[in-house]
Parts: sequence; structure tokens; C-alpha cells
Amino acid sequence: MRGKAVIAGIGQTAFGKVPGRSTISLNIEACRKAVADAGIEKGAVDALLVKVPTSRVEMMYGQTLAEAMQLRPRFGGVFDQGGASNISMIAIAAMAIEAGQCEVALVSLADNPRTGSRHAYEKVWGDDADFGWSSVVAGYAMIARRYAHDYGNIDDVNAAIAIAARKHGAANPNAQLKLPLTRDMYDQSPWVVEPLRRDDCCLVSDGAAAVVVMSAERARKLGIKAPVPILGFGQGNTSDAVPLREDLTTTMAGGSAKTAFAMAGLKPKDIDVAQIYDCFTITVLMTLEAYGFTPKGRLRDFIEEGGFEVGGKLPLNTSGGLLSETGMPGLQLVLEGVRQMRGTSTSQVPGARNCIVSNQGGIMHTHSTLILGQ
Amino acid sequence: MSKTVEAPASTPAETHRAALDDRRLTYQRCRSCEQAWLPAREECPKCWSSDWVWEEASGKAEVVSWVVYHTAFDKRFAGHLPYNVAVVQLAEGPRMVTNLIDLSEGEDVIGQAVTLAFEEEFDRPLPRFKLRGP
Repeated sequence: MRGKAVIAGIGQTAFGKVPGRSTISLNIEACRKAVADAGIEKGAVDALLVKVPTSRVEMMYGQTLAEAMQLRPRFGGVFDQGGASNISMIAIAAMAIEAGQCEVALVSLADNPRTGSRHAYEKVWGDDADFGWSSVVAGYAMIARRYAHDYGNIDDVNAAIAIAARKHGAANPNAQLKLPLTRDMYDQSPWVVEPLRRDDCCLVSDGAAAVVVMSAERARKLGIKAPVPILGFGQGNTSDAVPLREDLTTTMAGGSAKTAFAMAGLKPKDIDVAQIYDCFTITVLMTLEAYGFTPKGRLRDFIEEGGFEVGGKLPLNTSGGLLSETGMPGLQLVLEGVRQMRGTSTSQVPGARNCIVSNQGGIMHTHSTLILGQ
Repeated sequence: MSKTVEAPASTPAETHRAALDDRRLTYQRCRSCEQAWLPAREECPKCWSSDWVWEEASGKAEVVSWVVYHTAFDKRFAGHLPYNVAVVQLAEGPRMVTNLIDLSEGEDVIGQAVTLAFEEEFDRPLPRFKLRGP
């Protein structure tokens, strides 16, 4: 299936605080812009896949959105893997198109935990609430502590990841946080849940993003201006709650990338730019190592070899990622991957031919990988 | 060998909690495959059998990881900051979330042996674990 499907259009809303708008409204704006960017008519869309918002979970959300858009999708609904859903839905759309189930799919994500409820991120964990076990960040902190114990100090590499994202975010006029980060600022950043600092943690944001998926053949017939081929995808679900993972520092991310690389016929050395889900810095560190960019525990070597900024060893999160552009769970990373392949990023990697994108959900419970090309 | 399973009067989670309220830390063990686990659930997660028994933990465990909260996401803990939450592995295998007693700042306690010690909090005995033995 390598290259058989393309991303034909991308759309997004403003990011940050977007009060007075429902997630339905945000989704429609992103879809309207994605369809306009592809240069197609609404009538061409026959599939709608959407991630349920974290700010308010409701049944049949996909049909509520379809109704609001007067769509009667041949194929569609909600697919829930938390933040991994976006790439997984792009993969499902590509497979559905290949199987003749639909022809033009919209994949959309909207969320408004900044002005709405952020309960999903701060909730207490069931029977363990009386120990004070609460929040998503604490789960990542539990993993980060174990990682540092097993593989050594992580401050330098986490700081480098955050500084790169913030630098790229500062260059992106659509970014929610445009304040560049220095190492001193990082080191003085207060603990949220130790060992994670405020600047290790993503933003909480309102906003939406959407992409149009169709076959490469249809994109040619329709004369799509800037189709970006989907070279590979994969997923892997760790599933266990953090306390139950036999090895806290191993997830299914590696298997997800292996599937995607095999489909694309590529290896990590072929990747020119990466958009890696940075809900927390530790996630980027563990994802890149699991993907095979370095052996486990050695990502820190990348810092001496040029690091993660444009011009460096592996330019990362070139629109600012979740740390700087928007904390929205994931689809914005695919949009930036598309812009890199089109050559239109505000932090463009010159001559970039292949981009890898990761999405993940929960506390490294789910993982999905996408490889985009030319 | 077949055994009739009657509808339980309470869920496994409720039975586990009732034992804790009685200052006993229990876990489940599968009679088909010997797997031992927490948190309480209705089927063995390894072989999916519903034929399991309760066992009482020895109270010996090892620290898997821990964090220190500087934010009270749960407002009940606003007066407790900073406080720790840990994951420990019981000698019998199951893992659980708990708090560590006598944790010193700056000390790496991963892999250290800990011992069960119930402490009263929120009107219940909470199964916490003490560093440096009883």
C-alpha cells in the first residue's frame, strides 16, 4: 500500500484559548479549511472519522458531527485510542479507500480542555485515589524516574527536546506559546510531579485540525495541488496501566514503527524530519529510541551530534509540537509533517524527503506511527 | 474438573477493599495457571480463567518507581505537598500503587526492599510501605 493513499488537504483553527466554541464548531472549521486546501467540493467527501474530545466524552460523536455537516458518510465514526487515534484513523481511512469502502475521507480532531473541562488530565485513578495517585503527568513522571534509574540522567536530553520545540514554536505565528526556552529557564522550571518540570509538560489547548485522505490515483484525477503520499503506518498498544508494566521503559512504540518502516521500505536513517508526540519530554526520548534512531539510553548522543533543531541531527517538532504550538492531542503533528513534505513549514528542513510522525495516547498506552514522503 | 460459580455477593474490588479495611493485604491467584495479580478483577488476565482464589500478601515488596507531587490535582492533598506516590512489586508478584514511609529527599530508592505498614488516613487503614525494614 506504500504511497497508494495521500493526504490531499489540511486545515486547522486557531490554537490556545478559543472560548465560546463547541468542539463541533471547531471540527467544522478545520474540515472546511482542509477541504478548501485540497481544492475539492464538500460533495466529494464520503467518509468522516473523528476523535472524541477529551473535554467531553459522548456517545455517537461521529454522527453528531456528520449531522452538523450534513454528511451521510459511507464510512465513519469515532475511533478511540486517545492521542493515537488520529494517525490510526488516517491509516483506517487509507485501508478503507483501498478496500473500496469509500473514496475521500475527512479525519478530524477538536478539543477544548482549556476553556472547557481538563478533568481527563487531572483525574484521580480509581481505587488508588487515597494514595494521592492522580493526573496524567504523574504516570509519565513514574516512567521518567525509572528510565533515569536504568539509563542515567535525562535532564540534558529532555532540556534539548523542550528547547528545540520552543524555538520552532517561536517561529510559528500560529503557536500558542511563542516564548523560546533557555537551559537556565528549563533548570529553574518548577516541579509539577517530580521528576517532571513545568517545561517538560505540554500545553492545555483548545482547537481543531483535519486532513483529507484519498487515493493517489484520485488525487491525480482531481488535480490536487500538493498531495503528500502516505508511505507507511503502524500501531501498537501497550494497554497495561503504568504500575502493571513489567518494564516501565518499554512500550509498543517500537513495534508500531517497525510496521510503518517495513511498509514504507525505509529505515530511521532515511528520515529527514520527525514530528514526535511530545505530551511530555520523556515521551519523545522513549519514542525516538524505540523507533531505532539510537540504541536505548543513547539519545543523549544526538545532542553532541547537532541535536533536534533545524540544521541538527534530527530536526524535531518543527511547528513547536505539543510543548509550544498546541497541546491538542496529536493531529497537528501530521499537519506539520504535510507542510514539511510540501516545503511550507515556518521551520522548514531544506530538502526534507521523508517525515515520520508519532501519535500516542493515555500514558503510553497506545501508539501510532505515520511516514510521509514525496 | 468443573465448578459451579455462583453470582458473587460483592465484586472482587469490594472484597479486596474489605480485607484492607481489616488490615490485610490480599491479592488473587489463578487456580488454572498460578498467575498472581492486582488490582482485583474477575478473570485471570493471563489465561482468562474465572477460577481463582484470594491469598494474603507477606508484606515484603520492592520499589519499582516513585514520584513526588508538587501539585494537588486532588484537592484533598493540598495540605500534604510535597508527597510521594510509589509503585511496588510484592514478593508474590503483584504490583500496586502506594506511598513510601521515610523517603528522604534526593535518595534513589528504586529496587530497595520495603515492608507493609498500615497507616490511618481518610478514615481507613491505608497499605503503605516502609523503607529500611520494620
